[in-house]
Amino acid sequence: MLVFILRRLAQAVIVMLTVAFIAFMLFQYVGDPVTNLLGQDATQEQREALRKDLGLDAPFPVQFARFIGNAVQGEFGLSLRQGRKVSSLFVERFPATLELSMVAGLIALGVGIPLGVYAALRRGKASSQALMMLSLLGVSLPTFLIGILLILVFAVWLKWLPSFGRGDVVSFGTWTTGLLTVDGLRHVLLPAITLSVFQLTLIMRLVRSEMLEVLRTDYIKFARARGLSNNAVYFGHALKNTLVPVITITGLQLGSLIAFAIITETVFQWPGMGLLFIQAVQFADIPVMAAYLCLISFIFVTINLLVDLLYFAVDPRLRVEGKVH
Amino acid sequence: MASTTSALTRFLDGDVWHSFKESKVAMMAAVIAFICIFCALFADVVAPHNPFDLASLELMDARLPPAWMAEGSSKYLLGTDDQGRDILSALMYGARISLFVGLASVLLSMVIGVGLGLLAGFVGGKIDAFIMRICDVMLSFPSILVALLIDGVGRAMFPNAHDALAFMVLILAISLTGWVQYARTVRGSTMVERNKEYVQAARVIGVKSSRIMWGHVLPNVLGPVMVLATIQVASAIITEATLSFLGVGVPPTSPSLGTLIRVGNDFLFSGEWWITIWPGLMLVLIALSVNLLGDWLRDALNPRLR
Repeated sequence: MLVFILRRLAQAVIVMLTVAFIAFMLFQYVGDPVTNLLGQDATQEQREALRKDLGLDAPFPVQFARFIGNAVQGEFGLSLRQGRKVSSLFVERFPATLELSMVAGLIALGVGIPLGVYAALRRGKASSQALMMLSLLGVSLPTFLIGILLILVFAVWLKWLPSFGRGDVVSFGTWTTGLLTVDGLRHVLLPAITLSVFQLTLIMRLVRSEMLEVLRTDYIKFARARGLSNNAVYFGHALKNTLVPVITITGLQLGSLIAFAIITETVFQWPGMGLLFIQAVQFADIPVMAAYLCLISFIFVTINLLVDLLYFAVDPRLRVEGKVH
Repeated sequence: MASTTSALTRFLDGDVWHSFKESKVAMMAAVIAFICIFCALFADVVAPHNPFDLASLELMDARLPPAWMAEGSSKYLLGTDDQGRDILSALMYGARISLFVGLASVLLSMVIGVGLGLLAGFVGGKIDAFIMRICDVMLSFPSILVALLIDGVGRAMFPNAHDALAFMVLILAISLTGWVQYARTVRGSTMVERNKEYVQAARVIGVKSSRIMWGHVLPNVLGPVMVLATIQVASAIITEATLSFLGVGVPPTSPSLGTLIRVGNDFLFSGEWWITIWPGLMLVLIALSVNLLGDWLRDALNPRLR
């Protein structure tokens, strides 16, 4: 058990180090920090002096170690485009992205699970077939197109909902939230729906297939033989057993929600990390790109690690296998 | 000549063609995909106007709605954009660029993925472990994110990239995210094929390992690769469109469907929906029909489902 956890932890650390190395190489070789700070017409002496000041004349491993030290503390220097500290930019933008992803995740679960159950119970009926066709469309529609369609219908034609920005926000220290104001809630609705569509179809299809699988098993037949009502069989016995894979998949998808938020945030001009990142890519703003790379990898690696450890706790078969090796 | 005829008759008699004739969905998808590809390939001939010919553009014709609406002109069937370009023609030229990028990146990722997968499955050991580790790491990140990062790095490395280079960076970014799927599929089937009798027979008569790998095993693992490639074309086109929509894709001088959507997005609020919606619809049609064809191909090639 301990061996498994340690090995898994070591893997996570190696992945993070690799990502940090890529980010470091970006800093080092892609955008020349000296030219960026001094401009094109600095003299050779000025360059050398600054190079010494920044510690760029130190040997490679020393520089890398310094970079890691700074990165662990969240320091990635100044944004080339905005001239502000990268860390403060991210602190400012992070709540918006997290909030958007959470709302989208809740919508995906809250709508996806019931629809999946419905599609499984009504298998072969026209309504369920239509639902499956619709879900295929949901997979084929690119995220940004869904956003544009929603804006066109609900913001431009019907004028029901606003289509860009976060609206009124309430701030607690450095944390801001739009979920406590009516205006903020109205603003989050369209982007959250856009972001949730892909996950929603995924969850719906997963619940449907798991449910069909479970309904075929012996203990469901036995439950029926005991004379339990349909609802008790479906929701008390079948649904409960389909939820384990659904929860793990949702956990794994949390990271991709944050990543797909890049697209949604661009469509709706939502002031989150994704928008920050896209602007950084457009303007080759290396410090912001490197910081985003490290941050998002950290989130992904942590989530994957937690899910793996959770599996380990839930599934006894993994433990036995671990002993054999 | 005789061999091609017999190959054709064999194909027409075979299971695949039979199941194609049976499946209405596949037929419809094939027709739609064929029309889209035809229009894209022969855009020069088929398109009613040349959207890149500056001389023929008239600003008076800018932002006209589709022909059937009140202010529409019969000259421009689907309306015009802000510079007076005919949208139908821009769609055809745009689809050509989207298809080109999509096919090129699928081809490249297929070559990388099949090569590495074959190597991993056939040689095994440390090489296998190393390649599969990379795959695991790449799969734990969403592909659009990896593509964005590679694209971003490419753009930062060549800040003044001209058009051809920008295309190459884009294609490379998409294919470097797509190869993992091929590698895993090919590795799996290679490990099965490796232990079959024909490989042992080849070894016994002294055929070189590399020759067994490329000449004997490779043709036998390509079936699932074809299915995967079909589906990947759709996702590559969508990835390209997404990157172009985000403003980091193809250069603006050669607009793809994604670029057209991005441009049209600015006019959404003034009610000129057609500038955005037509390219969007075209994109969905291509992606959906290719996906449906891929689904059908998977079922047709899988004997267990028959």
